[in-house]
Amino acid sequence: MADFERVEHDVLVIGAGGAGLRAAIAAAATGVRVGLVCKSLLGKAHTVMAEGGAAAAMGNVDDRDSWRVHFADTMRGGQYMNNWRMAELHAQEAPDRIRELEAWGAVFDRTPDGRILQRNFGGHRYPRLAHVGDRTGLEMIRTLQDHAIHQGIDVHMEVTVIQLLQDGERVVGAMAYDRERGRFRLFSSGAVVLATGGIGRAFDITSNSWEYTGDGHSLAYHAGADLIDMEFVQFHPTGMVWPPSVRGILVTEGVRGEGGVLRNSEGKRFMFDDIPENYRSQTADNEEEGWRYTQGDKSARRPPELLTRDHVARCIQREVREGRGSPHGGVYLDIAWIKERLPKAAEHIKKKLPSMYHQFMQLANIDITTTPMEVGPTTHYIMGGIRVDGDSQMTSVPGLFAAGECAAGLHGANRLGGNSLSDLLVFGKRAGEYAAQFAREQPAPRVEAGAAEAAAASALAPFERDGSPEAPYAIQHELQRMMQDLVGIVRQEGEMQQALDRLAALSERAQHAGVHGNREYNPGWHTALDLRHLLTVSEAITLAALERKESRGGHFRDDYPDKDAAYATFNIVVRRGADGTMQLERRPIPPMPDDLQAIIEEQKS
Amino acid sequence: MASTTFKIWRGERGQGAFTDYATEVTEGMVVLDAVHQIQASEAGDLAVRWNCKAGKCGSCSAEINGRPKLMCMTRMDELPAGEAVTIEPMRAFPHVRDLVTDVSWNYEVKKKIKKFTPRPPDAPDGTWRMAQADVDRVQEFRKCIECYLCQDVCHVLRDHHKHDEFIGPRFLVYAAALEMHPLDTEDRLRDLKDNHSIGYCNITKCCTSACPEHITITDNAIIPLKERVVDEFYDPVVKLVRLLRGKK
Ligand code: SF4
Ligand code: SF4
Ligand code: FES
Repeated sequence: MADFERVEHDVLVIGAGGAGLRAAIAAAATGVRVGLVCKSLLGKAHTVMAEGGAAAAMGNVDDRDSWRVHFADTMRGGQYMNNWRMAELHAQEAPDRIRELEAWGAVFDRTPDGRILQRNFGGHRYPRLAHVGDRTGLEMIRTLQDHAIHQGIDVHMEVTVIQLLQDGERVVGAMAYDRERGRFRLFSSGAVVLATGGIGRAFDITSNSWEYTGDGHSLAYHAGADLIDMEFVQFHPTGMVWPPSVRGILVTEGVRGEGGVLRNSEGKRFMFDDIPENYRSQTADNEEEGWRYTQGDKSARRPPELLTRDHVARCIQREVREGRGSPHGGVYLDIAWIKERLPKAAEHIKKKLPSMYHQFMQLANIDITTTPMEVGPTTHYIMGGIRVDGDSQMTSVPGLFAAGECAAGLHGANRLGGNSLSDLLVFGKRAGEYAAQFAREQPAPRVEAGAAEAAAASALAPFERDGSPEAPYAIQHELQRMMQDLVGIVRQEGEMQQALDRLAALSERAQHAGVHGNREYNPGWHTALDLRHLLTVSEAITLAALERKESRGGHFRDDYPDKDAAYATFNIVVRRGADGTMQLERRPIPPMPDDLQAIIEEQKS
Repeated sequence: MASTTFKIWRGERGQGAFTDYATEVTEGMVVLDAVHQIQASEAGDLAVRWNCKAGKCGSCSAEINGRPKLMCMTRMDELPAGEAVTIEPMRAFPHVRDLVTDVSWNYEVKKKIKKFTPRPPDAPDGTWRMAQADVDRVQEFRKCIECYLCQDVCHVLRDHHKHDEFIGPRFLVYAAALEMHPLDTEDRLRDLKDNHSIGYCNITKCCTSACPEHITITDNAIIPLKERVVDEFYDPVVKLVRLLRGKK
């Protein structure tokens, strides 16, 4: 039998990026005992990589902005598949969450009158993103981290949760292991908040760090929770494409916000060729107007490079497919051209986009102040995830809450840039508070050792496989390539059916994968444990993508290239059936209240 | 492209030795790619810490050919061609396994520095006003990705093991960011002098050269802090003038 250490908390937060930290802070503020589990070291979570900013309708730069406009922008961007209650709360509460960061020491870039500066971003009508150069995520996570360490939160670093523990339906804790010693830790807690981020590592080309293996999605699914919208994966239009080693690393949308333009190999700004109908009235129809917009001219409309990410990504894909791509299979993103318009353009670029400047200098030997970048789509974000109540963030399983990327609803079929960082803050806080309340009101958790022992035993199985078992790395790589090829940015029935077969075969291989060495800091073992999560989310994505026979937001099907109104009325739910197989359900989207409907209408013009 | 030899430190809790691995090096590759290739082929349990592979998280710190570096930002083509590459863990922290060290001391140190304490808000809506020019310096310090490479190279920690007394360059930068924050009202100067031993720093600037974020640790953070400490505790004239002017 595997040994384990027992740890008790009132609220256990799994994941220590923006959402997890904010949830832990909120729960601790209510006076309960909080444990925070980090898969890596504290402060290293994927939030650190967010670049552009956090969207909040503070109106510091353009006072026409308000939560109503932000709400309407979010819904339009999400193609109305969003949980409208979440979109409403998010738009209303984001400004306070940002100001709170300032009170905790964050130092955002400033307006001339000394307030928090806000920048333009795709799909946002007004300059709305609070930012710090192009390292906003770092500022946010460090602010939350430095605040959290003084709140009496127990931090468990480099600890990975392998299974949630339940008493009947209710989640009452989790079984985990610590990487450094390879020992098991049994958490019992009155409530659990999942804040584990995304699934990008299910794909080959991704901007996501190794941690993004869909742990929360999978843990929740196996505990019986509903996942929704799993077909909606965001491929960010601009990732690095060259050299191969850095393929997928994000190039912030901020480059386009600052005036960067996309061109094909013929030097043409192809984004002007395909402006969707519902954005036409808000989009510049000439280069001059687009430039003025990026420079803060309030009478100008945004350039088509700042259309929503799903659309820009597909336009890039089209240029490449039709032979107008750059040498390494991308297109050109040019910020250097602004020297035609601005004195001291090189200094300006370095000041506004310092990380981008260094990233290209160091990794690709390219000076972005003189030379266009080569960019192409990269797997960036999953809109889908665990279904939660909009107010409390509780999942369909009692005692289990979710916030941030692993939760679904706010972003619908496509997320607007900048809405993620604010999502983490708004719903992290809510999840923490409601989880604390739940833990206080419910009887003390009862954790049965049996389930924990079984989880530990199955986690150790890869060490005990006889003969020369296959290593997990090869299976993981194959899975990533397969998902990229068959369930990637452009999808179709036959390929996805094939993907299901391949997934079954990979699952079978994963069951027999083995690892060498001992349990202490063993990355092979860790990869073997991640595989189960990756396989679960990959299957959920594929099944949901097969079910949605239309194209909408992040989900594009070659065989059904158009939007279909019949599919606008429901979200696709994935849950575990009684027989252990994955089941699908079409869940009607509840009707929007009149006041919100009215906002959408008034903002349509 | 050519196969290159990597001499990687392997072992546990301080015991270990270099092990040779050969792997293919292709265009644009960074050292972390090579480590991953080796992990995926012949050394499945090779322990290495990394997250972002984009120089943003500060997890992959190591000593490459004896130099403090982020593995994910060190391109193979900046190392001498055709020569073996050595990769070792940071030496200023307790060893865990292979390339991984125990950096938890840093987290303990940070907790001991008095937290940010803002003045009351400037505007009735609870917000503050700060000019960009007044936050430029603080923003420079806040670029820190907590890679701890500066701690690794500082002789006070690395060679003299003063971990119990000296907070190291990373946390002098952290303290400077708080002390120079336009909104902060806390006073950390006595702590810096008595408990954080800023006096141990003899301005060798090794930390500044190691910093992957190009923070001018010594000139912009440590020296001004030292000056403030001197003003506060050793210079009666300055102190008197300050008192008369009513400044902190
Ligand atoms: S300048 Fe000071 S802190 Fe930096 S390495 Fe030298 S002694 Fe250490
Ligand atoms: S100051 Fe520089 S070297 Fe030191 S921890 Fe921060 S980023 Fe790393
Ligand atoms: S892996 Fe994040 S800095 Fe190297």
